Amino acid sequence: MWTVVATLVPVVAAAVWFFGVAALLVTGAATFGAVATEWAFDGRDAVSDGSGVITGVLLGLTLPAGIPLWMAALGGAFGMGFGKLIFGGLGQNVFNPALLGRAFLQASFPTAITTWPAVEAGRATFYQSNLALPFLQAPEMDAATAATPLGLMKFEGETTELWRLLLGNTGGSLGETAGLVILICGGYLALRNYLDWRIPVSIFATVAALSGVLHLIDPAAYPGPLFMIFSGGLILGAVYMATDMVTSPVTAAGAWLFGIGIGVITVLVRLWGGLPEGIMYAILFMNALVPFLDRVTLPAPFGAGAGGAAGGGSG
Amino acid sequence: MSLFDLDFGSGFRHGVHPPDLKDLTSGEAIRRMPFPDMIVLPLKQHAGAPARPLVKKGDRVQRGDRVGEAQGFISSPIHASAAGTVRDIRRWPHPDGSMQKAVILDVDPHDPQVPRPRIVPEWSELEAGQVAGAVRDAGVVGLGGAAFPTHVKLSPPEDAEIDTIIANGAECEPYLTGDHRTMVEHPERVHFGLRVMMHALDVERAVIGVEENKPDAIEALRRTIPDDLDISVVSLRAKYPQGAEKMMIKSILGREVPSGGLPLEVGVVVQNVGSISTIARVFESGYPLVERIVTITGPGVRRPSNLTMPVGTRIADAIEFCGGLTEDAERVVFGGPMMGNAQADLDTPILKGTTGIVVLTEATAATGPQYPCIRCGRCLQACPVFLDPADLGQLARAGQFEEMTELDLDDCMLCGSCAYVCPSNIPLTQLIAAGKNQVRRLRRLAQETEDGEATDEGESADGSPEKDAA
Repeated sequence: MWTVVATLVPVVAAAVWFFGVAALLVTGAATFGAVATEWAFDGRDAVSDGSGVITGVLLGLTLPAGIPLWMAALGGAFGMGFGKLIFGGLGQNVFNPALLGRAFLQASFPTAITTWPAVEAGRATFYQSNLALPFLQAPEMDAATAATPLGLMKFEGETTELWRLLLGNTGGSLGETAGLVILICGGYLALRNYLDWRIPVSIFATVAALSGVLHLIDPAAYPGPLFMIFSGGLILGAVYMATDMVTSPVTAAGAWLFGIGIGVITVLVRLWGGLPEGIMYAILFMNALVPFLDRVTLPAPFGAGAGGAAGGGSG
Repeated sequence: MSLFDLDFGSGFRHGVHPPDLKDLTSGEAIRRMPFPDMIVLPLKQHAGAPARPLVKKGDRVQRGDRVGEAQGFISSPIHASAAGTVRDIRRWPHPDGSMQKAVILDVDPHDPQVPRPRIVPEWSELEAGQVAGAVRDAGVVGLGGAAFPTHVKLSPPEDAEIDTIIANGAECEPYLTGDHRTMVEHPERVHFGLRVMMHALDVERAVIGVEENKPDAIEALRRTIPDDLDISVVSLRAKYPQGAEKMMIKSILGREVPSGGLPLEVGVVVQNVGSISTIARVFESGYPLVERIVTITGPGVRRPSNLTMPVGTRIADAIEFCGGLTEDAERVVFGGPMMGNAQADLDTPILKGTTGIVVLTEATAATGPQYPCIRCGRCLQACPVFLDPADLGQLARAGQFEEMTELDLDDCMLCGSCAYVCPSNIPLTQLIAAGKNQVRRLRRLAQETEDGEATDEGESADGSPEKDAA
């Protein structure tokens, strides 16, 4: 799993490029929260497999650069503790721990997690709000803030140019803006068989098909498929979160259904829900369906259907 | 689950691609090993009932004399593989890890080791049942590993309609090259054995399936096909477990053997090429199965070789003849590395069904630390019979054997593909094998209980409702 960690390094580097050294601090804090919790309860051996680091870094990438570090660490600790350890550790959990951590933060600190600094920051930037004291200070944003492309679309009816989405030159969470980098790293992981390519492919295809049809019906109200795919956390979620092996189906057919479900829910939440982004809840919801998907898609054993047809050897 | 796992061609689905590692011995011509000082002939060398000993301590036997008699239909006689004196009949370490009754021979170093002259059966004048009888008397069993008595396959039930014989030359286990060399050096013997089988089973068509990584074997077989027989040689994808009976039938004929069924239910008899050439020997010379080709190989052996050796040769003697073990030799595996089992004792003998001895070194035997299952699903994508090895392994650990049978445990052939692909190094195949053993034991107990009850009922009253239901 350290290979997966290694492929996250370019993604974090891209976040540092766009948001300054604060990006490193936030992912570091989230990783610290996750790993320290795992170490405390399951010991050093449990940490050495690298899965706790993946959880922490992925959580960090879903957070805005200006979030107080203590919140990031708390999210990591919550995700690890209630998302994974409580189920029995590696391999036993139902929900993606990083996303559970983020869901907890979104419920607890809705303002902090939706305040995105503008991307014009220098490389050495960190934000005063990063250092807010736990529970004492309201996280005041000291830099210029910017809405995310999805927020602009939802609340202002504005779309962002595709080239800016591709390069990541937009407001957003740390891992939202580096779509191209994530796709390259994810492609490498798929080739090396570290993730099931069916899941991201089916998510992208479903989102593209669904939003494409809606865009054709009413281009003014519904954005096109490319905008849908390259905005928000869809790429990060599809490549790194939905493909978490523990919380995704084991069968090929299950993986297709899982991806399609995530795609449909994401589009529904984005276009008609109260939130601008829906990938997180889409993945968490589909996580809960994985045991069911596995059961209904388990293939029949070899020769199970052959009994009547081939019996008697008349061929 | 990788991008390159899409299988557009014919053949069976799933399976794995271990490195074949056959270069060590694929170019080594078969040599004959000298007779060792002692021979150990376990009475259980085949699937089915063990043989019953026919000799006693101190008896003098000639090479080819019968020392054990078949007990029942699915059983096989055992023949002395060297002339000598019976030292003892006692329990001896068996390759399966148990202790089994064995005839132990002191080989006579001055004997010319020539079997008694025999009447060579004229195959073309024999009826089907007589061919099977001759094969049975010669103690021929499947030489591909499972050691299923060959005469049983040559005696199909009356109503079976068999249209094809498949000669299994896949040899898909890494390292092993005995069948490969047999096909290269004695292709005409394979054809002759097929001729006898086709005669016995009254079948017009035979297909020899060989993995594509043995082009010289395919070429040699094709060159020597007799004009009057409908034999074809098919090049198969090199993919494990191509040589498993059901996979091979699927690859060659596209037919799927029903779950829990036998190949003859789809009109096919499959026989390993080594067994077929042994059938040929029986009808060439009249001699029983007393020797076989064994590949002694692996990075832990100094001189990897393909050897003809007497059945019952101890592993230690065979390895000694191949120059001994290297310094870093770590594990001696009986059979191939995918399905074979590691040996604790080098006194265990080569059996009729022993395809090879693979000696792994510290570097090649290491499996790495075990991690928890992360439900990656690779074992499901590897399983050639579409089971869920991850769940089966977990149930085996929990001792839930009844639940294992509900997940079609009986269809598992223990090919080892799941354990091979597991990134967490979970010994899935061993766990499932343990589950299979437990299920077998529980069924036997249940059967015994049922038999006991049935006897009680029979004594008391007839026509009880339970009995009718049964």
